Amino acid sequence: MSQRLETEILIVGGGAAGLAAAAEAVGKRVTIVDDNPRLGGQIWRAELGQIKSPEARRLIGRLELNEVSVIGNAVVFAASNDRTVLAETPEGRLEIGFDRLISATGARERFLPFPGWTLPNVFGAGGLQALVKGGLNVESKRVVVAGTGPLLLAVADYLKANGARVLVVAEQTPPANLARFGLGLWRHPGKLAQAVGLKRRLGGVKFKAGTWVVAAEGREKLQTVRLSGIDKPIVCDYLACGFHLVPNTELAATLGCEVAAGLVTVDKFQRTSVPNLLCAGEPTGIGGVELALIEGRIAGLAAAGKFEDARRLFSTRKKYRAFAASLDRCYELREEFKNVPQPDTIVCRCEDVKLESLKGFESFRDAKLQTRCGMGPCQGRVCGGATQFLFNWKPDTVRPPIFPVRVEDL
Amino acid sequence: MLDKKQTQPVSKDSSPASVNARPSTFDAAIIGAGIVGAACAAALAREGFSVGVIDSNGPASGATAAAMGHIVAMDDSEAQFALTSYSQRLWNEFADRMPIESEFENCGTIWVAADDEELEEAIRKREFYASRQVSAEVLDEHSLRDAEPNLRPGLAGGLLVRGDSVVYQPIATRFLLGLAEASGARRIFGKRAVGITENGVRLDDSTMISAGKVIVAAGCDSNELVGGLGIRRKKGHLVITDRYPNFVRHQLVELGYLKSAHAGGSESVAFNIQPRITGQVLVGSSRQYDIDDAAVDFGIVRQMMSRAWSYMPELANLSALRIWTGFRPATDDNLPMIGRHPVRGNVFLATGHEGLGITTSLGTAELLTDEILGRESAIDRSPYSPVRAIK
Amino acid sequence: MKEVRINGVSTTVADGTTVAAAILNAVTEGFRLSVSGERRFPLCGMGTCFECRVTIDGVRHRRSCQTVVENGMEINTD
Repeated sequence: MSQRLETEILIVGGGAAGLAAAAEAVGKRVTIVDDNPRLGGQIWRAELGQIKSPEARRLIGRLELNEVSVIGNAVVFAASNDRTVLAETPEGRLEIGFDRLISATGARERFLPFPGWTLPNVFGAGGLQALVKGGLNVESKRVVVAGTGPLLLAVADYLKANGARVLVVAEQTPPANLARFGLGLWRHPGKLAQAVGLKRRLGGVKFKAGTWVVAAEGREKLQTVRLSGIDKPIVCDYLACGFHLVPNTELAATLGCEVAAGLVTVDKFQRTSVPNLLCAGEPTGIGGVELALIEGRIAGLAAAGKFEDARRLFSTRKKYRAFAASLDRCYELREEFKNVPQPDTIVCRCEDVKLESLKGFESFRDAKLQTRCGMGPCQGRVCGGATQFLFNWKPDTVRPPIFPVRVEDL
Repeated sequence: MLDKKQTQPVSKDSSPASVNARPSTFDAAIIGAGIVGAACAAALAREGFSVGVIDSNGPASGATAAAMGHIVAMDDSEAQFALTSYSQRLWNEFADRMPIESEFENCGTIWVAADDEELEEAIRKREFYASRQVSAEVLDEHSLRDAEPNLRPGLAGGLLVRGDSVVYQPIATRFLLGLAEASGARRIFGKRAVGITENGVRLDDSTMISAGKVIVAAGCDSNELVGGLGIRRKKGHLVITDRYPNFVRHQLVELGYLKSAHAGGSESVAFNIQPRITGQVLVGSSRQYDIDDAAVDFGIVRQMMSRAWSYMPELANLSALRIWTGFRPATDDNLPMIGRHPVRGNVFLATGHEGLGITTSLGTAELLTDEILGRESAIDRSPYSPVRAIK
Repeated sequence: MKEVRINGVSTTVADGTTVAAAILNAVTEGFRLSVSGERRFPLCGMGTCFECRVTIDGVRHRRSCQTVVENGMEINTD
């Protein structure tokens, strides 16, 4: 079944940035769509269908007040012209006509291949957290959290609070980087307070910096994890391993927005290179929830024509951008990772393409045509980031549909 | 035995116009590393020619990448039949040499007849094939559904042509290029051919590729290199699904295509579906003339897909992973141009293959090589001669 | 609570649970077999990796981490 709706401001993504934008775009007809059943994005993901974060609930309350229409379980997969996007819902195809669109599509976790990473019970770090929020019971499960990024501590904290035994948090960044970052936190008192709280709650958990997963081992599922520099393999039930975040720029790209170095280009009002399109939050630069909120507010105000109100938020945004930049510097990926996957390590999980098959290609597109790497349903979302890191391949052009879609809904 | 090659005096570049010329000298320079160019390179190199293959991107980057990889004997005209069936024989001989990743599969084609009128057409088609030693079998409604359970009931029948195949053409192209290189051919990729002189090919970085003969196998870009070709871009769309093994077993093409393709103006869709060895389903087809924009047109896609699921209802429930477009290089009479340019003695054409480039690539390469060597071909070359086509 | 069947076995699941979590909690042989026959579990938990695909109510390739359980759901893994 095909339906069409018209709106003035369409916000794609109901996470922090999208909710903040919807709350500010007062005076216009606003529609917010999200691919999840509940609003909240990743950081405020609903737990067993309930949104826990007070901040999220407050913003959602504002939506009701402003009569923002909310469409969940809707995956925007293409633009059919410069004022219309196509979405897939459980009821069928949905065409949405808009005057302005704010892309608030967030970020996904970056995965890098290592021997054994395809074993059952090897999850992403954010991935395991999301599954627990979806109802996975981790009571008494022994978990190794590894990879890089501030998400690791947040995940360890959450898992512990849900009854898991977090054996170790293995952060790849060298201790010196963390120390430098920690010293810089005095500039961001809110963040410092968060960090102190985290440290307290994670009291019993071992934390090791400058170490990374060299292999996950097990017959039919995960049994042990080997960390670099540590002889003894760690026996565990789950490995939660992720390498910080990758912006979801596919929607902006398919709408024709300029994307440079993997980020959507925006001006001070969060406007993209395409006149009626804006972008806020992680796709413009990974920066965490405060930055996403302020960018969302600016985008919402700008979309509603309230430029003076938007201007007042610039200095706050500047502050949060500075924090984001220091995060970037802290959690840079080590070159050593390029040597971690072995020739027979699978790189493209959709098509089971191994590392050895990918040597010698000059571009992702070439490798794709010849090996099928990136031709599966994830459309390169997992292997794209990995191969970019391993081989410096430029990503291929984004083509619609940006998510797989039922033929009938095309 | 035939002569290995007729040696042309190989001219070193002495053209004063090329300031930065580096001496690069070939018997034949082929412009275009699509499947036609690659096949020509392999055939010429096999005969002992020194060959350079020029492409601004890499192998199979134009229409070849976008194609459906259907190897089919077509009966729109005697000349089309001759070239496609000759080429098909060559593919069948060639198949065993290709790597397994080329996914060559002799799955056959079923031309689907929706009603009695189309079934008449199927019968006529069978007669045509039968009298030319191509085996084909008329199917009635029941045997059609036995052969393809996911086709909707109520279709009149069809024509099963067992000799047709499918291939994953990016790999086949790379393999052909590899054969050429094993016989000494060289690739010149990342540079665009911008002009042809009597000495060879001028590239966009001002270098000259010196060559006795220049073969234009540049598809839709051939117009830029040789005037008067009149090649038109005919845009097509394809959709590929996730893996559904055994959903469809043969290439299926509607006979009604003839009605729909020639009825509408510059735009039409037709039911055309292919099983990939992965279990993915490849769905086409659309044709639009005079569009320069390569962007996916969702209006046409919807028309194309709804026509497809009108034949195979379950298709509507499958998950579509990717959509892409391509431009078929079409000539006025729907036949490719293969052979020497009528006026420019060192220029040869191997272009204008429209929707049959994959099929006829191998036959094209042999015809071209035969002409260059001055020997007879297995089929009459004159219908494809550029003499008839160039104004 | 919702009642669903996973590979033919009935199980009761809390409201708001995703199909992926339900399968993991049921300690069953989920989810899919890869192209070369490896058993795979979800990776990203947020609908981008497609490793969690299962058949739900007869429809193949559904992302279980993006689907909330409903009463009477028939869930089949590879």
